[in-house]
Amino acid sequence: MTATVLILGARSDIARACAHRYAQEGYDVQLAARDAATLDADAQDLRLRHRVAVSTHEFDVLDTAGFAAFLDSLPVLPDTAICAVGVMGDQVASQTDPAAAARVMRTNFEGPALILEQLAARFETRGHGAVIGISSVAGDRGRASNYVYGAAKAGFTAYLSGLRNRLSRSQVQVITVKPGFVATRMTEGMDLNPRLTATPQAVAHAIWRAQRKQRDIVYVKPVWRLVMTVIRTLPEVVFKRTRL
Amino acid sequence: MQLEGWGRYPRTEGTLSAPRDTAALAALVTEGPATGSAKGPGPLIARGMGRAYGDAAIGRHAVSTRHFNRMIAFDDQTGQLTAESGVTLGEIIDAFLPRGWFLSVTPGTQFVSLGGAIAADVHGKNHHSEGSFGTFVDWIEVMGPDGRVTRTLPGEDLFEWTLGGMGLTGVIVRCAIRLKRVESGWIRQQTIAAPNLDAALAAFERTYAATYSMAWIDCAASGATMGRSIVMNGEHASRAELPAAHRGTPFVTPRHKGPRVPVDLPGFVLNPWSIRAFNALYYQKGAHTPPSSLVGWEPFFYPLDAIRDWNRIYGRKGFMQFQCVVPLESHAEGLRAILEAISRTGAGSFLAVLKRFGAQNSRLSFPMEGYTLALDFPMTQRSLALMPELDRITADHGGRFYLAKDSRMSADTLRRTDPRWQDFSAWRSTQGMTGRFTSAQSERLGL
Repeated sequence: MTATVLILGARSDIARACAHRYAQEGYDVQLAARDAATLDADAQDLRLRHRVAVSTHEFDVLDTAGFAAFLDSLPVLPDTAICAVGVMGDQVASQTDPAAAARVMRTNFEGPALILEQLAARFETRGHGAVIGISSVAGDRGRASNYVYGAAKAGFTAYLSGLRNRLSRSQVQVITVKPGFVATRMTEGMDLNPRLTATPQAVAHAIWRAQRKQRDIVYVKPVWRLVMTVIRTLPEVVFKRTRL
Repeated sequence: MQLEGWGRYPRTEGTLSAPRDTAALAALVTEGPATGSAKGPGPLIARGMGRAYGDAAIGRHAVSTRHFNRMIAFDDQTGQLTAESGVTLGEIIDAFLPRGWFLSVTPGTQFVSLGGAIAADVHGKNHHSEGSFGTFVDWIEVMGPDGRVTRTLPGEDLFEWTLGGMGLTGVIVRCAIRLKRVESGWIRQQTIAAPNLDAALAAFERTYAATYSMAWIDCAASGATMGRSIVMNGEHASRAELPAAHRGTPFVTPRHKGPRVPVDLPGFVLNPWSIRAFNALYYQKGAHTPPSSLVGWEPFFYPLDAIRDWNRIYGRKGFMQFQCVVPLESHAEGLRAILEAISRTGAGSFLAVLKRFGAQNSRLSFPMEGYTLALDFPMTQRSLALMPELDRITADHGGRFYLAKDSRMSADTLRRTDPRWQDFSAWRSTQGMTGRFTSAQSERLGL
């Protein structure tokens, strides 16, 4: 029987790369995002290249009340669910406008955590499945330049960690992905160090490998594990004075 | 930022945009980039995979088509594929070879975009038998200076000037091409070692019926061995021609797992002695290859793709390609004069390719019935000094030049060798394209 992957936030560059990576492995694909009609071109591209079944679904990560109905509406319960939903937001706007900050927190933490919780529950009932959350190295320590986003991602990371802990004796796999810098729409125009920057395709490949090899936490470029270890272990007295 | 082509010479300062959809592209075409030096509409040039060797896809504002990378439709009766212009030829093979379809025409690398293949009307080893890339293009959608997309068909002005028009008629956004049916991913290859130029030319004429043919030619050899070549012909292998072990999976062939050149090599690595040694070894290897063998599509069509980023072996200064075609009437004298000029200066070309072209009927494409010679030269003063000499010999023999490779020809040389570009320029100005679709190359060549 063909396996199916559900991609939440399917319009992002990482999501698109994941869809192609899993389709290449023969997975049928469910693409979910707001304005699902705009996913049609991607769906058709996936079908043509990989000869898999692809469906598109309306999904709004802020509509937490609609999650159960959304999952009920899927043609089949997927075997793997990847949550690539995320928004960086504008740090300064988030500081001054509580509504903007709340939107960043809800989009990066509340929505992703709640939808993956419901998926995990259904996977557990069925007896297998993989839940993959794309979090961020920004969640490893709050920094002045993006702490609203970082705090939301920290919450998401902690949630995934707890979920994994709870499900460790079940057949449900929970993977946390911390991509580091990725050349995507989110980072377009930023001046990123090329040695620290991955392509969306590299992220997708790392995710696929992590699932196959039963990994828990994925840093796409190994150097990020080192970078974040240093950042995490800096004493707060020192850290608070840095500009990272 | 600094923009460069595959040969890494020349480099120009320019803006590189990467719009995500036609609306964003239209804004760039009609209003210019949001930031950077090139404000206001035009000049702009589309850029695919950046595999043009010289300055054809660099300029003040280059617009990458990398986000225009979706396949749109495939008709498995006719083999017609509709796709956005940033889709690469390699991606098409990955998707469709397992279903028994291959590119009707492919250049020597799979890392080119559809848009680039049309803009340069690229050719492959089957030009003499099947024509150029454009022969298999059913329609092209081009965004013009007003930001509107027009679908154009063979025979129409826009189509004929876009094919081989080097991106100067607008931004190619979508196209439909025809693939060809194959029974396997294997090629039956015939190898002929030709000890000199006359033998090589005779081998081409003798094997003219082959679907694919090309020769690697040793430009460092002189005297009696001048022009010695390894001529390689090929045919798609049918399923029945495969060894029993491969018949069940005829589309599975060995794939490149080759190295990547990790850093720019120092300039001295490629010198007249190393080039001579490499070419001598290559000839010996070719001479000892069994005359007939079965090879996978990847090593047959794309031997250089095995080494990712191979342009880095020439170091930071980069290299130049020289590719000309000499008409059938005067090809032997023309080729001999070129080889003699190279041998006289001792410049030596690391990789040189000779190929027979068939007739070409399109309006602006590079090929013509005759022989084409493609040479690489490290970017040195000696190489630069040799180029005008090679230009002159080509011009004297009625030949012309391939703009996808060119990085330094003079406007005067183009005018003298290829008057078609004057008609092209005249038509362009009536369409409001002049000054709007402009590359560093088009400025240099006065187009």
